[in-house]
Amino acid sequence: MQTIDVADLDYKAINETLREAGSDFIIEGCCGQKFIAAGMSDKNVTINGIPGNALGAYLNNANITVNANAQDAVGDTMNEGKILIHGNIGDAAGYAMRGGKIYVQGNAGYRAGIHMKAYEEKIPVMIIGGCAGSFLGEYQAGGVIIVLGLHKDNKRIVGNFPCTGMHGGKIFLRGNCENIHFPKQVTARCASEGELDEIREYLSEYCSDFCYSVDELLSEPFTVITPDSKNPYKQMYVAN
Amino acid sequence: MKIEGQVRIPSGCAISAVISKDGNKMSGETITNSMKPMHDRSNGLGGGFAGYGIYPEYKDFYAFHMFFDSRDTRKKCEAFLKERFEIVQSEIIPTRKIPAITDEPIIWRYFVAPLNSVLVSLQSEEKEFVAKTIIKINAEMSGAYVFSSGKNMGAFKAVGFPEDVGIFYKLEDYEGYTWTAHGRYPTNTPGWWGGAHPFTLLDYSVVHNGEISSYDANRRFIEMFGYKCTLQTDTEVITYIMDYLLRVQGLTLNESASVIAAPFWSTIAAKTDLDDQKKHTYLRTIFPSLLITGPFSIIFAFDGGLMALNDRLKLRSMVVGEKNDKVYIASEEAAIRTMEPNAENIWSPAGGEPVIVKVKEGAF
Amino acid sequence: MSIEFIYPEFEVIRNENKCISCRICEQQCANEAHSYDEKHKIMMCDDSKCVNCQRCVSFCPKRALKIVKSDCTLRENANWSNETIKEIYKQANSGGVLLSSMGNPKPFPVYWDKILINASQVTNPSIDPLREPMETRVYLGKKPSKVQRTKDGALDCKLPPQLELSMPVMFSAMSYGSISYNAHKSLALAATELGILYNTGEGGLHEDFYCYGENTVVQVASGRFGVHADYLKAGAAIEIKIGQGAKPGIGGHLPGAKIVGDISRTRMIPEGSDAISPAPHHDIYSIEDLRQLVFSLKEATEYKKPVIVKVAAVHNIAAIASGIARSGADIIAIDGFRGGTGAAPTRIRDHVGIPIELALAAVDQRLRNEGIRNHVSLVVGGSIRSAADVVKAIALGADACYVATAALLALGCHLCRTCQSGKCNWGIATQRPELVKRLNPAMGSERLINLMTAWKHEIKEFMGGMGINSIEALRGNRLMLRGIGLTEKELEILHISHAGE
Repeated sequence: MQTIDVADLDYKAINETLREAGSDFIIEGCCGQKFIAAGMSDKNVTINGIPGNALGAYLNNANITVNANAQDAVGDTMNEGKILIHGNIGDAAGYAMRGGKIYVQGNAGYRAGIHMKAYEEKIPVMIIGGCAGSFLGEYQAGGVIIVLGLHKDNKRIVGNFPCTGMHGGKIFLRGNCENIHFPKQVTARCASEGELDEIREYLSEYCSDFCYSVDELLSEPFTVITPDSKNPYKQMYVAN
Repeated sequence: MKIEGQVRIPSGCAISAVISKDGNKMSGETITNSMKPMHDRSNGLGGGFAGYGIYPEYKDFYAFHMFFDSRDTRKKCEAFLKERFEIVQSEIIPTRKIPAITDEPIIWRYFVAPLNSVLVSLQSEEKEFVAKTIIKINAEMSGAYVFSSGKNMGAFKAVGFPEDVGIFYKLEDYEGYTWTAHGRYPTNTPGWWGGAHPFTLLDYSVVHNGEISSYDANRRFIEMFGYKCTLQTDTEVITYIMDYLLRVQGLTLNESASVIAAPFWSTIAAKTDLDDQKKHTYLRTIFPSLLITGPFSIIFAFDGGLMALNDRLKLRSMVVGEKNDKVYIASEEAAIRTMEPNAENIWSPAGGEPVIVKVKEGAF
Repeated sequence: MSIEFIYPEFEVIRNENKCISCRICEQQCANEAHSYDEKHKIMMCDDSKCVNCQRCVSFCPKRALKIVKSDCTLRENANWSNETIKEIYKQANSGGVLLSSMGNPKPFPVYWDKILINASQVTNPSIDPLREPMETRVYLGKKPSKVQRTKDGALDCKLPPQLELSMPVMFSAMSYGSISYNAHKSLALAATELGILYNTGEGGLHEDFYCYGENTVVQVASGRFGVHADYLKAGAAIEIKIGQGAKPGIGGHLPGAKIVGDISRTRMIPEGSDAISPAPHHDIYSIEDLRQLVFSLKEATEYKKPVIVKVAAVHNIAAIASGIARSGADIIAIDGFRGGTGAAPTRIRDHVGIPIELALAAVDQRLRNEGIRNHVSLVVGGSIRSAADVVKAIALGADACYVATAALLALGCHLCRTCQSGKCNWGIATQRPELVKRLNPAMGSERLINLMTAWKHEIKEFMGGMGINSIEALRGNRLMLRGIGLTEKELEILHISHAGE
């Protein structure tokens, strides 16, 4: 385990250090440096302080733990690996991610999981412990997004316009979600036992990461949202 | 090469602010440092700050901060000012020579009060008169530019990275209860100091991040009411819109936010509070040309407070944090942590949700 | 028929005296315009299915076929053209957005055709390119603003990553999915042989084509299809696609029906799922965000690859390009409003954007005014149709040109503009195996190589005529250009003199 004090380092220097020998790192004194671990494989990085935007972009198979909040574009176009945030995340988390996991203890900003995809064995999973902002799962094409709404203090579990343009994957929201308006091309319904079994493994992992009880989480009903069609825009065009 | 005003120059940015609700003074060093972790959001072509409560000894006078291209222009401008104002103090704004900031113009400040005789003869309201004089200097006096004009506040700006601009202006020597900061990323600029931000109008100042798509619809509407968008920047038109809504129309800050970052019709339709629904429908219907679309996050500061606001889609990032009497706002949390490592209640306001912070009555 | 009836645009004329009912036309037409009447032993034809791709005409052994524009027209009206009326019928029938393919066909001015090129006479000599050295090699990439020396005083010859091209032309982005495997292979083979680059477009890079990486530009578009660390490292350069000339500000949408087999695997999305590219990159809402994406890509590839930022030519292009130049990009690619596409909303294609000639002139001049022209290379496309267009573009200030439509024509495209149907009889814009195999990559690449070799000769002829023996000396050399029939304003924007001046 190697500890790097990055208070006086820019992102380029941080990534150069990470790329060199070793696989396990603790980053101390992080304050806004972007692109940490971009495109990296086989690393375990723990970050103390606030990492900058695009943390773990194109992440290939590395584990990142952040002991604070994270900023925008976490796990942008991520391919594999795991990002664990002991706090909130900013906007556009997991944009276009195709694989791996982003587990967040707190809230997510706007556009979490936008254009998330899945392919064969690659099923990205994003779990948000608190609430998510507007446009959750916009254009979602695959993968699983779970929002737990813990400590939400009467706030709505998601903002406006969730699932806009969704055409693949699944979103699970804890609670009955009667006050949430979903677009026409998706169906929201109470998750069945079978569907909850699909996510039990992820929830268990999440609970062990953040010390929650799975049974308690599952004691409330979940709403599952799925798209009606893989081809939501088929009817919009006429050949000219 | 055309400068700002002759051509519209879109730009991206970083913003940051701190305010003490108790009116406690902070030196400008903190806000300067807050821009360091956001260095990459600017490109060295503009940085600036606004501080409130920084001139207590002259708090009843308008503080004009000015750029001049030559000594002659300054002399000419001073003669012009003397015909209209009592100038109680006139001095160079202290700066520090640093390699990162070059080609500085003559930077001067005046503390002034309009001559009563002039006001009477023009039958003019004081603020209106001051604003018009500034617009006249900026539009007609070549080589002279007023970049700050409020009472007990001042803007400091230059071509350079914001953290360097703060050092250049020795902001550590000023004490204010509100500070805002801006780092600019213009898509092109001839390097004109007047083009840096914040943009100010009397005690209003705006720092802004983003490029709005409604610009010319907004501009052509607001110019009906005597404003002249000489710089063609988003910040300028936003400042005029705020002035129009607050001062001319008498809207509250919250109501103004509902005009410029109005909720979608579907969101209004879904409101369960019918009075609120009626209010939003009314505001959207009456001011359709003041809806601002496209990405923006702004911090609008004024005498005794500030308002932060994101566009309704929240296309720009903005984070708010608190610690004791202070509220911190910035494009990135890293900037807040630089000002206050132990900031609490970090949160991101939703699109169109204004964050309004006022200093306790009488505290400044 | 009914109110929904629209008379076919084309008629298939069959010379019955020449036709031998060999049924080749029937086999060649994926649109099923031709059929054979077993009972009467004659060939039949449904004009309404004909798209005028000329496949049957080209393959008829007896030259018995021709396609003509139908003369059945509505009453003439200078305001309401036939085309406009039929479009209204189509929309009234369907409620759909009109969808077209390939570049803007409207009669807007083509400035290339209003610019003339200079030649030497008497005062300096022209050069014979066949016998004298004539250089067309270019390097694309950021040029350092100051020469550096090592401690011992020697020149420090380290450069930011550069792309070497044997001639100032590249094949521009066409995704695997919008065009076929064989079309991509033809482009890859030709680019490798020619010493230039082709571009994957936004559909990822097929595993078979990683071996052509040195001659490949890998694209990152808003859908991020097939984008992962290995993909980014596979190419010679990475292109961030912000926009495309045929549809500025509009996203892409490859229908699920085309996401099959290898397309699905290469894009890394499930079969049958629509591939939607959002209009913006959702991590770029402002210029400083572009910097973030540029540098995240550089970080992921350890600063070894130049980053190209491709934008459509729009009103504010000069300011936009200036912003891109300051964002860390190595190369700016600008796509004019005549650029081709596999599918675009007709209205967008025909009404949004500006001509590449004006965009190029404005951008090159602006970057020079700001003293940052050397920070980036400029590549222009949409549409470059010939060696003359290339020479004019270089003289206006481009470092290189992107060509796509011309390359497709070389592969057999007849510009019938129905790519969106997926039934391309020439094996280009289709994924049907029986159609794809009609395009032989060996033959396709040979035709591309022929085309580019011919252009290169012509470029050299032009250069020789001007007394210029290296392409660098032509770049931005606007004195070599004159306008013909242009207004003062147009000449001012192009920054060229009028012929005779």
